Amino acid sequence: MKVKVNKELIGHIAEVARLKLTDKEIKKFEAELREIIEKFSKLDEVDTKNIEPSLQAVELKNILREDKEGICLSQKDALSLIEHKKDGYFKGPKAV
Amino acid sequence: MDTYEFVNKIKNNEIDIVEHTHKVIEECKKINKEYNYLNVISEELALEQAKNIKKSIKNKENIKNKKLLGVAVSVKDSICVKNVESAAGSRILKGYKPLFDATVIKKAKEQGAIIIGKTSQDEFGFGGFSVNVGLSFKIPKNPFDKQRSCGGSSGGTAGITQKASFPHIALGESTGGSIAEPSSFCGVFGLCPTYGRVSRYGLIDYANSLDKIGPMGKSLQEVALLQETISGFDQNESTTINKPADNYTDFTNKKIKNVKIGIIKEAFENIDNKVNKKTLEGIKKLEEAGVKTEEVSLKMPIKYGLATYYMLATSEASTNLAKYCGMRYGISEKLEGNFNEYFTKVRSSNFSAEAKRRIILGTFARMSGYRDAYYIKATKVRTKIVEEYKKLFKKYDALISPTVPILPPKFSEIEKLTPLQQYMIDAITVSPNVAGLPHLNVPVGFENNLPVGMLLTADHLEEGKLIQLGSLFEKN
Repeated sequence: MKVKVNKELIGHIAEVARLKLTDKEIKKFEAELREIIEKFSKLDEVDTKNIEPSLQAVELKNILREDKEGICLSQKDALSLIEHKKDGYFKGPKAV
Repeated sequence: MDTYEFVNKIKNNEIDIVEHTHKVIEECKKINKEYNYLNVISEELALEQAKNIKKSIKNKENIKNKKLLGVAVSVKDSICVKNVESAAGSRILKGYKPLFDATVIKKAKEQGAIIIGKTSQDEFGFGGFSVNVGLSFKIPKNPFDKQRSCGGSSGGTAGITQKASFPHIALGESTGGSIAEPSSFCGVFGLCPTYGRVSRYGLIDYANSLDKIGPMGKSLQEVALLQETISGFDQNESTTINKPADNYTDFTNKKIKNVKIGIIKEAFENIDNKVNKKTLEGIKKLEEAGVKTEEVSLKMPIKYGLATYYMLATSEASTNLAKYCGMRYGISEKLEGNFNEYFTKVRSSNFSAEAKRRIILGTFARMSGYRDAYYIKATKVRTKIVEEYKKLFKKYDALISPTVPILPPKFSEIEKLTPLQQYMIDAITVSPNVAGLPHLNVPVGFENNLPVGMLLTADHLEEGKLIQLGSLFEKN
């Protein structure tokens, strides 16, 4: 697949990925990713007609455990790893 | 003194484990000043564990079956250790002290292992030279030449394994070669097991369909011992394989009989002459021990492995890293702006350049319009790569190649490489990783005073065969 890697594309992807890039970063990533994507586009050459995608390399079977109550994190422990919290909840930025 | 001898002496109270652990910690501090192998030295935990062992011995508790009693184990930073900062080498997880042990840590502790610290790495495993450490982290240096790289991403793990004078085994993690490659650059044994053989529960993910935790050690016996400890099904991890693990230590003395190995032709193209020479010497040693060898071709994995790997790994990484946004755990900033603004601020100022690069590459590969051509395409090529390997394993017990195409490079040489050129270092190791196959780095000697490694790859769940063959290279 021929992809036009330019400033706009990099800027758009960064926004989707919640990253703010400086102009310098965008310029650098643009050149580097163009080289990488061009090289990796050679996957196009491989004939994958009628080939199933593999989500991992080893065949796995679903194993279900008994539906029994187990030990889980207490609310106090779960909240112990961050300073932003209030009334037993995580506190985030204002939504509205 | 080997690990077995050491464990017996601890059991027989011939060594004071608390005194010994103090010495271990002091040595780690000394090594770390010069080489930066440990992001955290878990002195408090190690001494607490040592004191508990001493108490058990004094109280004559049953310690007979504890395989790792008193043995120092260092742990890659991406593996969670309860109450010890586990940041996967990233500033975004600075200060994160897990509330639980990863399954591998739980198992190692049950066998009496003493956890001495968290080893330095490329941020989240994003690299082959351990130079892509997170912001404010230090780069580990090669134990044989401080101007050179340890390899990556388990660079600190391999470095401390080579440098420690005390009985020690390490836990590394590989996504695309991060166990074998640094083991090669630091001259130690490193086993990356079959995908799913070892639980990933408590591992800070890079790419879920590719991540494997495995042991690294100066001797293969130690590697086998730790592999035996950590293998097996885990109720907490749905991709673990529900089959009993072998007793890997039994394979270290197993006689070589009717073993046939394929030498991967394509893996010897475009490699350093010195690496070529040492690998051929390694093959000769196997032949002298009665192993039959034949040249084989592995076209698809060598030609398309790298592209497949990077498309899969970065796609998965970009979704895994979405959870780091300054809430719940890890680093946080002042709560300002709306959610998007806050998340963007935390992520942009705390991920390093390589993490950002891989997030962008992976987000691209999964984006509408590109997904079929990159991510889905790569999952299909992986199917073909696995098929090609499987065909060869019908005829051969193992495959052989160099581990890395070059000798450990200088930092000044790495600086000049573009990201793509840096990715090429994984050329040989990515394919067994993409195919979930167990592979072992075997040190085969030195060139220019730098270690060279040879890579043995076997079929799924055939770790025992690798240990059996690798044992021929064990120094006695």
